[in-house]
Formats: sequence, C-alpha cells, structure tokens
Amino acid sequence: MKIVVLVKQVPDTYEDRKIDLSSGLLDRDASDIVPDEINERALESALRYKDGQKATEIVVLTMGPDSATKTLRKMLSMGADSAIHIVDDALAASDMVQTARVLAAAIQRGGFDLVLAGNESTDGRGGVVPAMVAEILGLPLLPSLDALELEAGSVSGTCSIDGGSLSVRAPLPAVVSVTERSAEARFPNFKGIMMAKRKPVETMDRASLDLGTAAVAASVVGSATKRPARAAGTKIIDDGTAAQELAGFLASNRLI
Amino acid sequence: MANILVLIETSSTGGIKASAPGLIGAAAQLGTPVAVVAAAPGTGAAVAGELGRLGAAHVYVAEGEDAGRILAQPQLVALTAAVSAYAPAAVLISNSTESREVAGRLAIRTGGAVAADAVNVRSEDGRIVAVHSVFGGDYTTESWVRDGLTIITIRPGSIQERAAAATAELTVAPLAAADFPAAIIEQVHEAGADTGRPALRGATKVVSGGRGLGSKDNFVLVEQLADALGAAVGASRAAVDAGYVPQSYQVGQTGVAVSPQLYVALGISGAIQHRAGMQTSKTIVAINKDEDSPIFEVADFGIVGDVFTVVPQLIEAINAHQLTAAH
Ligand SMILES: Cc1cc2nc3c(=O)[nH]c(=O)nc-3n(C[C@H](O)[C@H](O)[C@H](O)COP(=O)(O)OP(=O)(O)OC[C@H]3O[C@@H](n4cnc5c(N)ncnc54)[C@H](O)[C@@H]3O)c2cc1C
Ligand SMILES: Cc1cc2nc3c(=O)[nH]c(=O)nc-3n(C[C@H](O)[C@H](O)[C@H](O)COP(=O)(O)OP(=O)(O)OC[C@H]3O[C@@H](n4cnc5c(N)ncnc54)[C@H](O)[C@@H]3O)c2cc1C
Repeated sequence: MKIVVLVKQVPDTYEDRKIDLSSGLLDRDASDIVPDEINERALESALRYKDGQKATEIVVLTMGPDSATKTLRKMLSMGADSAIHIVDDALAASDMVQTARVLAAAIQRGGFDLVLAGNESTDGRGGVVPAMVAEILGLPLLPSLDALELEAGSVSGTCSIDGGSLSVRAPLPAVVSVTERSAEARFPNFKGIMMAKRKPVETMDRASLDLGTAAVAASVVGSATKRPARAAGTKIIDDGTAAQELAGFLASNRLI
Repeated sequence: MANILVLIETSSTGGIKASAPGLIGAAAQLGTPVAVVAAAPGTGAAVAGELGRLGAAHVYVAEGEDAGRILAQPQLVALTAAVSAYAPAAVLISNSTESREVAGRLAIRTGGAVAADAVNVRSEDGRIVAVHSVFGGDYTTESWVRDGLTIITIRPGSIQERAAAATAELTVAPLAAADFPAAIIEQVHEAGADTGRPALRGATKVVSGGRGLGSKDNFVLVEQLADALGAAVGASRAAVDAGYVPQSYQVGQTGVAVSPQLYVALGISGAIQHRAGMQTSKTIVAINKDEDSPIFEVADFGIVGDVFTVVPQLIEAINAHQLTAAH
C-alpha cells in the first residue's frame, strides 16, 4: 500500500493571524508557521495503518515556500518514509484550482493507492482542494471522515452531514479527507527525529510538472479590511448579586 | 438577467434541506435563480412547487437511480448538464460536507474556480463579487473569479435575504451515468430526535458551554439557560472532545461560526480558536471562575463566578422578569 499525505503549513492558530491589506493575501511574517494540525491527523491515520502493515509506504507532499521543509521534517520524524516539496516563486498566492493541479500532477508521477488530506485547512479553509485533486485524478473522494477503515481494495468510514451521518465506501485508489475528530497525532520520538535526517526529500519546481500552458480560471482577492478590535466591557466578581445584575443588563438591552 | 444556478440539497427522503432559502435568496441578488436538483426517479416534480415558493424561476431536475446512493456524482452530473443548458453567470453551492465536493469537482470539470465560504454576494459592474469573513471575522475580504465560471460556496446560515415567490418552470431530465469510480453511500443515519431548540447556525441567541461544566450531566445547565432565553446550544471543542455534546455543537475556528445578537459563554476559557467562531456576536456575556480568562477580553458583560451558582440564579431572574413583563 502506498499512501500520499497532503500537508500544508499554516500560521499558528494560537496567535493573531494577519492579512496584508494591500494585497489581500496572507501575511506570512506576522505569525509562526506550523504544520496544520489537521494534516498531522491525516498522517497519523496513515501511520496507524502502517503500524499494522509494515510494508506500507507513506509519502508526504506539500506545495509551499522554502520554509515548508520544517513541516516536512516534522512529518518525517513522526514516521513518514519520504517527502516531496514543490517550491517555486511562480506558485506563490496560488488559488485552490492551481494548488490542486500542482498537487495532482505531483501525485500522478509516483503512483499510489490512497491520497489522504485534511477536510479543510485552518488558514484558507476552502475545503475543496481534496475534491479538486480527486476530480483531476478521476477518483472517488470520501470527504470529512472521522475515522477510516482501510482494507485491501477499499476504504470506508463515516462522515457527518447536516441532519445525521453517512457510512460511505470507495474502491482504491481513492482520495480521503479527515476531520479534527480523526486520529490524534503522535509526538515524534528521539529515534524518529534522528532517522528523519536521513530520509529523502525531493524538491521540484513548476516546470518539472506536466501542467500545460493554457490559461485557467482563478479566484482573485479584490480587497481586505480589518474589523476594529472588540473592547472588553463590564467585569464583575460574583458576590451573590451578579446574576441579578446580568438579568438587568439583558433586560435593558432587550435581550430578555 | 443572467441565470444563477443553485444546487439544492435534499435529505435521504427527498425533502429540501434548510440551505435552500438562503441560496435562492443569494441567487436573486445576482440574477434569475435556477434551482438544480438530483432526485430519485419520479420524485422531482414534487419539489418544484416548494422551490418556486422559495423564489426559483426555473427548476432543473435530473432523475436517476444514483441519487441518494452515490456520493456527489449525481449532483455533479446534474449541475454540469445545467451549466450547459443555462449558461449561468455563477453557481451557488452550500459550503457543507456533502456539497462542497461538488463545487470543487465542478470547477475542474467546467474550467471554473471557487470563491470559498462566502457570507454574502453582490453584483458590481457586471462582475459577481463574493464577500468572505476570514480569521474569525478579523478581516472581511472580497474576491471574484477570473477567466472562467464563478462557483461560490456559501457559508450555511449566513444569507438573510429571501427571494420573492415565483411559479417555477420545471424541466425534468434523465441523470447521466456516473463517469468515475463511485463513493457509495452504504447507510444513512438520521440524527436523533429534534430538540425543539433553534438551530445553531443563524440563531439570534446562543448559549455555549465548555470544559468548565465538568460532565455531560452538568451540561444540562447550559440547555436550561438556553431554554430560558430561547437560544440555541453551542459548545467549545474541549466540551465536544469530552463527549458532553456532539461535534455539530462546536463553535469556533473549526466548528460553526455564529454571529448572534447574544452569545453566552459558560465555563469557556476563550481560546483564540473559540473566539474565532463567536467574536462577531453583537453582545457577549461570559461566566467563568478564572478572572484572567481571555474570554473576558471580548465580553460586554463578564461575571467572575461559578457557573453552578450563578446560572441557576440567572435562570430564576430571567423567569421572574418574563413573568412581570407578561403582566
Ligand atoms: C484567508 C484566505 C482565503 C482564501 N480564499 C480562497 C478562495 O476563496 N478561493 C481560492 O481558490 N483560494 C483561496 N485561498 C487560497 C487557498 O487557501 C490556497 O490556494 C491553498 O493553497 C489551498 O486552499 P485551502 O488551504 O483553502 O485548501 P483546503 O481545501 O481547505 O485544504 C484541505 C486539504 O488539502 C491539502 N492541501 C491544501 N493546500 C495544500 C498545499 N499547498 N500543499 C499540500 N496539501 C495541501 C491539505 O491536506 C489540506 O488539509 C485563500 C487563502 C487564504 C489565506
Ligand atoms: C487547529 C485548532 C482548532 C481548534 N478549533 C476550536 C474550535 O473550533 N472551537 C473551540 O472551542 N476550540 C477549538 N480549539 C481548541 C482551543 O484551543 C481550546 O482548547 C478550547 O477552546 C478550550 O475549551 P474550553 O474553554 O471549554 O476549555 P478550557 O480551556 O479547559 O476552559 C475551561 C474554563 O472553564 C472555567 N471553569 C471551570 N470550572 C468552572 C466553574 N465551575 N464555573 C465557571 N467557570 C469554570 C475555567 O476557569 C476555564 O477557563 C482548536 C485548537 C486547535 C489547535
């Protein structure tokens, strides 16, 4: 079984994240950049399968700036076997279609049984890159699984939808995206960190992928504005009358 | 006026899901709403009347056995056919687990691009603009699609506009066969009984509970206050992880983003990822026993106190107020 895990590095959600108001794009210098938690969970799902099936090969794939090597190293130290890093200034500020085309072209070069992704990234939050990749590759997608069951020949799981959930199954090869309810990621151990240094990281640019030259549609950002920060209001310490005071506040604001 | 396609989501029994009125309402801001449905054979005509009342000028139904049995493909095939038939200026699709897959695939299939998770749409100098609320509402951005079909995924519950009722013109066509290996729906699990409370998305009042509630049993306190206020119930990720409530209750960065008139946070510390889902609420109330909790930084009214003491008293005070107000 060969599993390709799509990983993205994102601004740390524990800090204030910023948009550059002149370009409408992410300000990457404003916050720490970390592997997206959702992609660590996707990798964990692959690693759990590999724990039982040693012959499994796990490749992590990212499209991102030079600094994304840090994310790939972390993934390798968790247990992935090799990494592919697509890095090219011409790909900066790619939209989702462009991202998916690049990722699909790289996936196609190496062969695979399963592509694992996060259901949505914590920065772009578009949530459609996995579907676009599946469409380009002509494959089924099992979207937003809380857990996945991988067998020879097929993959299955449950996805939550409005009003309930669905049990779904697809033949391999397939694309699967996982939610934040899926496998909690392991921490890299010392041995993993040492071994990661010797694992192969292949870098490639746009030209080494077969993408064609025809113009494609793109989503473009027109403007960005910042909402004024919220100011804190009244804070009282409960001395037995706080509930009454709050009820008064709600009444005077016509909220009760 | 340009045609605007809307993908109608249906339940396992063929009923129209709650996303439809907002999607058709948004489409009416941009042009002529055309509702597209993938349905089981013989069931399409039944929904046309209701879609007309919601404002659809045309209803395009693709009927076939695959609808409800195969994931995403029936909707994709139906929409692709409708794109050829109606040459729309834009396609609006709910940003839900089921439907956004269709948006992504449609973009690749038709040479379009996706403006993701829009909270509003408008037409400006012949261009369709999507408005997004990003990073927990810290920023408002606008985007559009260049050189191809505009496909917009709409955040559920974000569009308040409703279209005027119309008499829909119905077209029923056979659903074309699937053209890539299918993801099969093996079983549909309906969510438990309706709680009778307002839905979290789009609610005007929300009461959320966090890890501070301590147990699933104690979480009832959150529901009691919600019922006294006529509010929807939400939760932090820690409360969901602890099993107090299902994941669909989660408010925040990776949960539902709400923007109600009143948001009450009980036993929630106010982590940045939680605030990302509620900080655009009009009025925020927080009750937390830790005076330094970050939730107080965004609260209009904060009480440093124990939820188990303050909340029962608050419910009593609200009930008393409502009694006097009724007289
Ligand atoms: C605030 C903001 C808003 C944006 N809005 C839009 C928009 O409306 N339309 C649009 O087309 N683009 C938009 N973008 C750009 C978009 O985020 C990037 O194209 C991004 O590379 C992919 O989209 P996503 O992160 O939203 O993907 P999602 O579909 O949310 O990501 C799901 C999964 O796909 C995989 N994946 C995504 N990107 C990569 C990558 N670079 N390398 C490896 N795996 C990856 C990961 O497994 C990830 O968990 C926006 C970006 C930002 C920061
Ligand atoms: C990528 C990512 C995405 C995330 N997305 C989300 C998200 O969508 N939504 C979300 O909520 N979180 C999210 N989180 C998690 C977030 O970081 C916090 O861990 C979480 O919000 C904490 O929940 P909490 O406030 O209930 O718990 P805690 O932080 O444990 O807070 C409990 C609070 O209860 C108070 N308390 C305890 N007992 C009482 C009492 N008797 N009376 C009054 N107060 C009491 C305590 O003082 C404390 O402040 C995300 C994290 C990551 C990394």
